[in-house]
Amino acid sequence: MADFSAELERLRPQLLKYARLQLRNAAWAEDAVSDTLLAAIERPQTFAGQSQLKTWLIGILKHKLIDQIRRNSRELSTTREDDEPIEDELFDSTGHWRDQPQDWGDPEHALRQVDFMRVLEACVELLPGQQGRLFMMREWLELETDEICKELAISPTNLWVMLHRARLRLRECLQLNWFSGAQLAKES
Amino acid sequence: MSLLKRTCKEVSLLVMQAQELQLPWRERLALRLHMMACDACPRIVDQLALMRRATERWRSYSENE
Repeated sequence: MADFSAELERLRPQLLKYARLQLRNAAWAEDAVSDTLLAAIERPQTFAGQSQLKTWLIGILKHKLIDQIRRNSRELSTTREDDEPIEDELFDSTGHWRDQPQDWGDPEHALRQVDFMRVLEACVELLPGQQGRLFMMREWLELETDEICKELAISPTNLWVMLHRARLRLRECLQLNWFSGAQLAKES
Repeated sequence: MSLLKRTCKEVSLLVMQAQELQLPWRERLALRLHMMACDACPRIVDQLALMRRATERWRSYSENE
């Protein structure tokens, strides 16, 4: 049991990182992670193998994050920390690309690299609050788009526009920090 | 302007939506016509597809790192 709590303590910072990425609010993230660890301590018997501990904890964390989103949905859907639309930077007034998208080369090569995953994670972290949350709800919590609309009381049109902005930003960030050579991960 | 004419800006949104839902036939047709005439946007298709796969991998990386 002592080993088990030590393991939980060791994994706590990683859980907190994902909770922060999702909620963009330090206090809510702390709550979700504390709830997760409490739930884990209350039923250690459901945890079968040591190597699977993190996967199991992340499974619980995802449920706690969804609870946290429900509890704070009103506040989440009204946060206005997002800046001006990125579309204006990328497209001219006639809707053409200001700069043509570059060739990203062999995608398999990028996907095989752990550093690429770190850059991707750093880029997700840089997404503005609401866009980051929506991106994480869709891609990390794997909620369906209609569920997201319901939880946050936003329209499908609004959701698509926000998800699109998030992906355009992510694409810019990957272009800048991976595909043009300078690597964010190397700095950290 | 033609009923099927879409700008690159509109197309990049459609490409992203097409990854997740079945677009109406008119939009699918507009997308295909645009891709035939545009050099830049086919790259966006590849890049968004790569990002999709990258996020999938990142999801399992986050659990197993």
